[in-house]
Amino acid sequence: MSGGVDSAVAAARIAEAGHDVTGVHLALSANPQSYRTGARGCCTVEDSRDARRAADVIGIPFYVWDMAERFHRDVVEDFVSEYAAGRTPNPCLRCNEKIKFEAVLDRALALGFDAVATGHHARVTDGVLSRSPDAGKDQSYVLGVLTREQLGHAIFPLGDSTKAQVREEAARRGLMVADKPDSHDICFIADGDTRGFLADRLGTAPGPIVDESGEVVGGHEGAYGFTVGQRKGLRIDRPAPDGRPRYVLSIEPVSNTVTIGPRSSLAVSEIVAERPVWNGPTGEPREPLACTVQLRAHGEVYGCRARLSGGEVHITLDAPATGVAAGQAAVLYLGDTVIGSATIASAS
Amino acid sequence: MKSAYLDHAATTPMLPEAIEAMTAQLGQVGNASSLHAAGRRTRQVVEESRETIAAALGARPSEVVFTAGGTEADNLAIKGLYWARRAGGADRILISAVEHHAALDPAHWLGDHQGATVELLDVDEFGRVHPQTLREAIERDPGSVALASVMWANNEVGTVQPVHALAEVAREYGVPFHTDAVQAVGQIPVVFADSGIDALTLSGHKVGGPMGVGALLLARGVDPVPVLHGGGQERDVRSGTLDAPAIAGFATAVRTAVARQAETSTRLAALRDDLIRRVREAVPDVILNGDPVNRLPGNAHFSFPGCEGDALLMLLDAKGVECSTGSACSAGVAQPSHVLLAMGADGFRARGSLRFSLGHTSTEAEVDRLAEIIGLAVERARRAGLS
Repeated sequence: MSGGVDSAVAAARIAEAGHDVTGVHLALSANPQSYRTGARGCCTVEDSRDARRAADVIGIPFYVWDMAERFHRDVVEDFVSEYAAGRTPNPCLRCNEKIKFEAVLDRALALGFDAVATGHHARVTDGVLSRSPDAGKDQSYVLGVLTREQLGHAIFPLGDSTKAQVREEAARRGLMVADKPDSHDICFIADGDTRGFLADRLGTAPGPIVDESGEVVGGHEGAYGFTVGQRKGLRIDRPAPDGRPRYVLSIEPVSNTVTIGPRSSLAVSEIVAERPVWNGPTGEPREPLACTVQLRAHGEVYGCRARLSGGEVHITLDAPATGVAAGQAAVLYLGDTVIGSATIASAS
Repeated sequence: MKSAYLDHAATTPMLPEAIEAMTAQLGQVGNASSLHAAGRRTRQVVEESRETIAAALGARPSEVVFTAGGTEADNLAIKGLYWARRAGGADRILISAVEHHAALDPAHWLGDHQGATVELLDVDEFGRVHPQTLREAIERDPGSVALASVMWANNEVGTVQPVHALAEVAREYGVPFHTDAVQAVGQIPVVFADSGIDALTLSGHKVGGPMGVGALLLARGVDPVPVLHGGGQERDVRSGTLDAPAIAGFATAVRTAVARQAETSTRLAALRDDLIRRVREAVPDVILNGDPVNRLPGNAHFSFPGCEGDALLMLLDAKGVECSTGSACSAGVAQPSHVLLAMGADGFRARGSLRFSLGHTSTEAEVDRLAEIIGLAVERARRAGLS
């Protein structure tokens, strides 16, 4: 229970359904902040209080589990090292994979619980994951990395509801968090300054920004500050010859080089993704499988053919995509049903 | 399923006598500082309560200063005595490493913000402060000691301190001595007169009185600088309208608990020894923390190796047994107990600790309930391990 509206209503629903429910708030920061800074963050003292108050209103026991060390190691350090390697990680996805449905689930099972329920907007039916009916709030993408085993112990009580319905229900149940704003940003970067956060940990590493021909067109203070598809914040003095905007095409950590170019060069249609997880009803696609793929959170969905070969997933898009960054997950769907996922290694 | 309340050191149910005395006052009007009849009537209640508490604890009525609880009394003693003594150039605060945060934190705050030098007095493996430790600390520079503070009995592990010997050492050097006796009153004999103690903290809800009221016993001639300024009540040391109903309930609880203390202690010690024996039977490698002999009769404090205290507490709570990890919380995150760490326990032993504390309503059936479930709970908590 994060202290937000979704987990509060999720807890209320399963408690009402007759399960023996215990509320757990995860302490993810060794130094929780005392004051709420805007809408973001899931590690504040106030959020912990909000969660406890919700549990009291629902009438379930409530405990804070200290996951700060695990979170720091498996999510924060992973986030920093992924950027350092020129990739773009998704920490929410990593948190689901390593904290909520690994550290928390393992502990819960050992203590005699049967499942972990969260306020995610996604459905799990007979261990198979699918999208929420609220397309704008659907979180199946950040859960797509979970294994069958993990999904088998997952309950998403909000799976059939829209966010508006959840807020309305929270108000009806007398949960004070009904109007609490949604959290959007990375919870461990309270001020939202990802580049500053990375710079504090990775130091400055000046390097060149080059165009596709290799000509140096500018400089940067650290290649980790860039994401493929990024347009803003390149700080290039000279305009492009054609006057069109330029985008980050690739990040090369070894030579510390950021390559930029026109939007047309950003388009890719062949994606190779590694460390696949097959958690859906179809099993491994040894032969090319016609399905759809989502390449980032709240991103567009592309028709594709996916095939497992040599431990990697080869994805051929029906139409080119832009802004495909290594490190993000490629989550494969058949209709609204998740069939598997893998981490994007390269795209062309 | 009836739950087993084994957390009397956190708070104990109000005694029926105290509820009666308090509720009798709730419908009455009158401010004890007013001059008219209603004021006089209320003042009568307050002053009789003061006399009752003084008589129960061997103090003079004028030595009883009412506060809004133990934390406020500790703050008044430590900050007030420090400020009073600092004028004379004394800036060292000698305080045991195992104090409740209500005493420890004001001392550290004075260190951080008011120029105090805070020196923690070491304890032995049972949590006891040896008089020699205090003597050595004072002798490093007797003139610079503002005050010494050592609790009468520890709230976590139940160890009873040699307060008389400690107060004697302080008196030899003219150092004001404060003791937090919140856990001691009603459990063991507490006598203020001729103890050499200059300031003693007690709390209402730990002795069967209401929450939100307490007192600081202040020996004559000991004048801390006030923490709360205002109407000048309580010898001008603690301003604020006196809470007559709470004070009436508090005084009745102190009188009753002290009158029954010998009988209660004998009964609780036997029940507690039974609890310890049965927990040991169920969990052979359990460690009993605190002084095996000089401990509060209602206290049993254990470390369960390989368990996290929080997980164990949760499992016991789910089965209707209520106890405490006895550790401080920040944002609800359990920190290893500073008391156990001061006693030399490692972090794992400190994290796997639980306190069971008995009180006037405790029964054998409650100990039975714990004995039935502790084995399985420990087994599960061990499987969950130390995260």
